[in-house]
Amino acid sequence: MRISWSSIFDALLPVIATLAALAVGAVMLILLGANPLVAYGALLEGAFGSFNALADTIVKATPLLLVGIGICIAFRAGVINIGGEGQMILGGLSSIALGLAFPDAPGILMIPMALLIGFIAGGLWGGIPGYLKARFNVNEILSTIMLNVIAVQLMNLLLRGPLIQPNQKGAAAIPQTARLSAAFDLPRLVPTRLHLGALIAVILAIGVYFFLWRTTIGYRIRAVGLNAAASRYAGIKVNRYIVLSLMLSGAFSGLAGAIQVYGVNHFMITDGSAASFTGSAGFNGIVAALFGQLHPVGTIPASFLFGALLVGANKLQRVVQVPAALITALNGLVVVFVVSSELWRRKNARRRAIKELEEKLAAAAAKEISPQPEGGG
Amino acid sequence: MTQKQILPSGNPRIDRLEMQGIVKRFPGVLANDHVNFDVNAFEVHALLGENGAGKSTLMKQLYGLYHPDQGQIIFDGEPRLIHSPRDAINLGIGMIHQHFMLVDSLTVAENVALGLPSTRGIMTDLDRVTKRICELAEVYGLDVEPDAYIWQLSVGQQQKVEIIKALYRGAALLILDEPTAVLTPQEVDDFFVTLTKMANDGHALIFISHKLHEVMAFTHRVTVLRDGKNVGTVNTVDTNKNLLAEMMVGRPLNFIRNYKTIKCGNPRLKVENLSALSDRGVPALKNVSFEVCAGEVLGLAGVSGNGQPELAQVIAGLRPSTSGKIMIDDENLTGSTPMQVIDKGVAYIPEKRNVEGLIKEFSVSENLIMRDLDQEIYSRNAFLNMGNIAKRSADLVKTFNVKTPSIDTPIKSLSGGNAQKVILAREISRQPKVLIAAQPTRGVDIGATEYIHERIIEQRETGTATLLISEDLDEIFALSDRIAVIFHGEIMGVVDRKDATLQSIGLMMAGEQPPETKTAE
Repeated sequence: MRISWSSIFDALLPVIATLAALAVGAVMLILLGANPLVAYGALLEGAFGSFNALADTIVKATPLLLVGIGICIAFRAGVINIGGEGQMILGGLSSIALGLAFPDAPGILMIPMALLIGFIAGGLWGGIPGYLKARFNVNEILSTIMLNVIAVQLMNLLLRGPLIQPNQKGAAAIPQTARLSAAFDLPRLVPTRLHLGALIAVILAIGVYFFLWRTTIGYRIRAVGLNAAASRYAGIKVNRYIVLSLMLSGAFSGLAGAIQVYGVNHFMITDGSAASFTGSAGFNGIVAALFGQLHPVGTIPASFLFGALLVGANKLQRVVQVPAALITALNGLVVVFVVSSELWRRKNARRRAIKELEEKLAAAAAKEISPQPEGGG
Repeated sequence: MTQKQILPSGNPRIDRLEMQGIVKRFPGVLANDHVNFDVNAFEVHALLGENGAGKSTLMKQLYGLYHPDQGQIIFDGEPRLIHSPRDAINLGIGMIHQHFMLVDSLTVAENVALGLPSTRGIMTDLDRVTKRICELAEVYGLDVEPDAYIWQLSVGQQQKVEIIKALYRGAALLILDEPTAVLTPQEVDDFFVTLTKMANDGHALIFISHKLHEVMAFTHRVTVLRDGKNVGTVNTVDTNKNLLAEMMVGRPLNFIRNYKTIKCGNPRLKVENLSALSDRGVPALKNVSFEVCAGEVLGLAGVSGNGQPELAQVIAGLRPSTSGKIMIDDENLTGSTPMQVIDKGVAYIPEKRNVEGLIKEFSVSENLIMRDLDQEIYSRNAFLNMGNIAKRSADLVKTFNVKTPSIDTPIKSLSGGNAQKVILAREISRQPKVLIAAQPTRGVDIGATEYIHERIIEQRETGTATLLISEDLDEIFALSDRIAVIFHGEIMGVVDRKDATLQSIGLMMAGEQPPETKTAE
């Protein structure tokens, strides 16, 4: 009975962690003079309250999922890609450059080409830290973060220079591109903002699952991540697979950037930060992947949950009129609670085992009252 | 209670320790099933059993690392609860682990003092520690230099430091966990002299082992555990090796003894003047040369850390050589990648099973295909053929008698013996020309050891050239047709099995030049 209780608890733990984060958020809401029940009601309604709300949630979840499945590949190879932001930017820039260069191309041709070039550009951007790690043993966490900063500056440069909207001139020019031809818009699935990108992301997530578990390349990526020494023994060229996995990881982030441009924004604008384009999906995708147990298929519902949180929080803010910073804090809380719940679960399992042991020891000690016939030495 | 007797070390004596009805459960396993065990002062009591029989679990409960689910531990008539190793140490128990718990870059005295409070607050009191070490060393005849650094000491000396460390902490009862695994035969003799003296002085010693001749040589009583149960406690003088082996395994064993002398014109594996560096960049192999014929087992004996893993890795293509040549059937293999070596027909059972040979998180079948992924049976155009993989894995599991719930079970849930059988199945099923078997039965129970030995002999009969690298002389003597000895990265000599004696091989393992050929033992 004890076992079944604890296993149920473990399965529900991510949900419980989310609720706990919201409970802490409720305290903050009360301190700000807002009614948490009203606030969270608004959050739920904002995320799931209507077809449009649901569609927005899925639109928001799409880049999280794409980045997330890339993260799954990298993590499975034992490398950590924090460069999703920069890789998304590269995907966005390259795809919009293509679309702006050939405004008269047919959409049926341009859309796949644009997504492909975004995929490739992200892959190359991700390949740089991969190569540096394989060749010079540069820590990929540092190099991917640094490449994010470089990507932002590249975006600022291009949006102020070659890619700037032709009618923006002079010192007051807004650094933004022209709108892409409407023929290039990703098809809508239903009469909402929901676009084809979401479907592509889900199909790719399933595809990556097959890639990782049903192909020799995926097998080798996972082998390298679990045990590099044994992989070498098995004849696998470990460095090659580290580079490949970081490239693939970057490629999916790049695709996320391209889909963001072709499916949602249709132009690019910069305020000098990465988040203005990515919506921090390059980071949140990591959380979604971790929440999804680093399994591409598990990342699908995980991304959906985080998408819901992001969309719902907007509504919450509008309804109860709290500072925007609270929303950021709330998201942060959920991330911290969910990610640490796994650690906590392990500790808790240990504590539980020790407690059982102590109970048994106490029971054994009670039995020891019967006298022992052995004499002392 | 009467006043406790004092040992020569100044520590109070433990006259009698009893463990009564000890039960310890782990998920799915009854590790100790109502085990009774006792040890007295003046006694060496051997605890014998296969891997997984529950020896370590029992002793870890005595040392406070685990807590019994049932049963009690009684010191000189008083039941005690031991919550932690600190409690155990306070009661006078010392444990010498198989892998020494010493810091290489510190001196002997610093290691002994490590973790203990100083009498001078935050300042060290190493002069006091040094004095006490010298006292203990003199009383017990342990020649240990307190100011020497651990890295300067031989393995045998390091073991003496461990004993001093335990005595310093007040040990009257010592648990020795497979203490001879790392020693040369001569060091083992030395070690037994020390232990015998300690027992004569009134210490109680528990000697965990699976080496029958050592148990027979110097213990007073033997307790055999099997499947978590105490199969029996006997006086050593009343038993013999075969009886003990039967108690351990539960059935009579076949001992392999059918070596032969092979004359071959053209050796299958030829290693010429091979040199290589260790991970730390110092020479690990120096001009190593030997040959192995088709259908021959060449045993490579040597104490741990004399270049054995490096040799295996160089042949397997996992470590570059600095000079020399490796030939297989007159094909040059020097400088090949691991994949090329596999393709040339070299099978390799690596020493570090869990680090190199297997991916623990991977399933049995994923580990079985590890080195043959691109073979047509397993994959085509990068797509794995799951049907074939499952079928072939099931076949191999059956053929090689691997005990596993299913082929999808992760390797980490398998016992050491069964995990090793997975490697064996993978490597031998390839019909290799050359088999490098490094410590193939280390940490493996007797039943699986017997099985692995049979398969290696069977492989010899099919014409495979086998290089058997082992620190277990019993194994070397049981399987080899010729025996080579490696010391400090050099081959000390190669002798025919029929001319080899434990003593002659032991001397070479300690670095002596090979003696004149002696008559068979």
